[in-house]
Amino acid sequence: MAIVERHKQELERSAAPRDRAPSVIEFRGVSKNYGPTNGGLETASFSIQRGEFVFLVGSTGSGKSTLMKLLIKEIEPTAGTIRVAGRDLSEITRKKVPYYRRNIGIVFQDFKLLLDRTVYDNVAYALQVTGSSRKEIRAKVPDILRLTGLATKLHSFPDQLSGGEQQRVAVARAFVNHPPLLLADEPTGNLDPETSVGIMQLLYRINRTGTTVLVATHDATMVDRMRRRVLELHQGRLVRDELDAQYARSDMNTAEFGALLREPAPEPKRGPQADRQRSRDAARRDRDEFDDIFPSES
Amino acid sequence: MKPAFFVKEAMRSISRNAIPSFAAMASVLVTVLVLGVFIPVVQATTGAANEVRGRVLVDVYLKKHATKADIARVQGLLRDKVDHVGKVEYVSKAQAYAQEKKRNPEAYQLLGANPLPDTFRVTPDKPDNVLKLRDALMPAAVSGPPTRRAPVDTSIEQVKNRKDETTKILTATRVVKLAMGGLAILLIVASVLLISNTIRLSLFSRRREVEVMKLVGATDSFIRWPFVIEGIVLGALGGVVAVLLLGVGKVALLDPLSSDFALIAAPETIGFGLLAVLLLVASVGVSAAGSSISLRKFLRV
Repeated sequence: MAIVERHKQELERSAAPRDRAPSVIEFRGVSKNYGPTNGGLETASFSIQRGEFVFLVGSTGSGKSTLMKLLIKEIEPTAGTIRVAGRDLSEITRKKVPYYRRNIGIVFQDFKLLLDRTVYDNVAYALQVTGSSRKEIRAKVPDILRLTGLATKLHSFPDQLSGGEQQRVAVARAFVNHPPLLLADEPTGNLDPETSVGIMQLLYRINRTGTTVLVATHDATMVDRMRRRVLELHQGRLVRDELDAQYARSDMNTAEFGALLREPAPEPKRGPQADRQRSRDAARRDRDEFDDIFPSES
Repeated sequence: MKPAFFVKEAMRSISRNAIPSFAAMASVLVTVLVLGVFIPVVQATTGAANEVRGRVLVDVYLKKHATKADIARVQGLLRDKVDHVGKVEYVSKAQAYAQEKKRNPEAYQLLGANPLPDTFRVTPDKPDNVLKLRDALMPAAVSGPPTRRAPVDTSIEQVKNRKDETTKILTATRVVKLAMGGLAILLIVASVLLISNTIRLSLFSRRREVEVMKLVGATDSFIRWPFVIEGIVLGALGGVVAVLLLGVGKVALLDPLSSDFALIAAPETIGFGLLAVLLLVASVGVSAAGSSISLRKFLRV
């Protein structure tokens, strides 16, 4: 796929010349309190390297969205430093925030499309914002829409599309600038399982072009099947961080990846450092069984 | 490319949000229409009041036997020594006689001789100073009742206000002017509030859109310009339609009347062209500033 190759080249060109490039995301003791008793995130420290595909899991109120909002500088941390591509976010002034956000693709649970624009215009807007020429937009937008499987829906409005298609538009808009980092906050939260697989495949394909992808989700089966690095938050604390070494190889193609998502979940192979988490995992499995009996969500 | 892009964006959002856009335009139209009628009315009223005040003057009648030297002396006195003198007009016996004879030929035919004295018509520098002027010309006597006054010059027979109602005229016209000024201020405040409220409502329904734009990485000015242009376009549209309606109203209703009606034609009112330009500038300015200010709140994401 031409666009994938082109994107790979672009990333390689823009990569830091040093051998050890800084982590794409680095949290060091980051806290966010919304009030004296209302904690959003407590002293979270972790780092994500270039090209990783990371899941961020946790129940509602565990701080997933807080973490995402901190990353796009919608809110400021109460304590600690956040570095994105080596750059301290607190050094970015309010005026510079838009320019910073152009380097991050963002996908939301509720799509956040501009309802009075066609699919084409929605994706084009992300380019118009950066001052791209019309010629550039004409070249890039159909390409990215073909990649996301929306080639026939160019001139539809968002309310004429299914939820899955709308989310594909959102992904296309997030990726059209070829950002080095893509954030997805519950991208499959409003979608049925089969459509979710399609969206995850799309995110995986984007990840394979070298883009770092961070997905917040509470879809535990999906996380288990994909066998990627998982960060788990519980009441604002980072309680699990498993590295990807023991997980599925990252060079499988998209079709294999899709098959992996559809087959019954294998028991993930835990590394030795995860032993202390075992009791917690057992509790989580109990929760899953509960969900099987009372399927309430999605 | 950029200005063209902003204009295109503004047009697209007007057509996609037809009803709020229409509401904003209609509120501009109505207020401009009311203002356009009210401004000349205020001017005509204050003009009429001023005209009535302008008629306030003091007549200085000289004694019958006043010589040319007396006349010259009184004229010099009025011009240089007395305060609050605006304009001095000399009417000689003969001129006064001719004027009065024209007005009432039969009565003056009977008289035969000219009974009229030489007169100075003195206009005060400000209508409010008319009483001071009279006092200056006829200072109250040091002793005796205040009604007994002696003129400043021996050759002056009498100093008279043209009308006894001078004070009444002055208070009445002052009240009219103040009331009109107050109404004009109220109307302008009401117009600005109405327009800015309509704009705020139509922007409020689009705050989600603004939020999405910010998340995609649009700068504040990139988001603001289309909204400001939209305000300019809607304000101009409303203003132009209102001015056209005013023009039609002027040609159809006012112009045929003006030949018959002294009151409408007489006082100096603002020219229609100037009024139209003023109204257009005001409507465009208020709508553009209103959009930009209302948007500021939503841009804080």
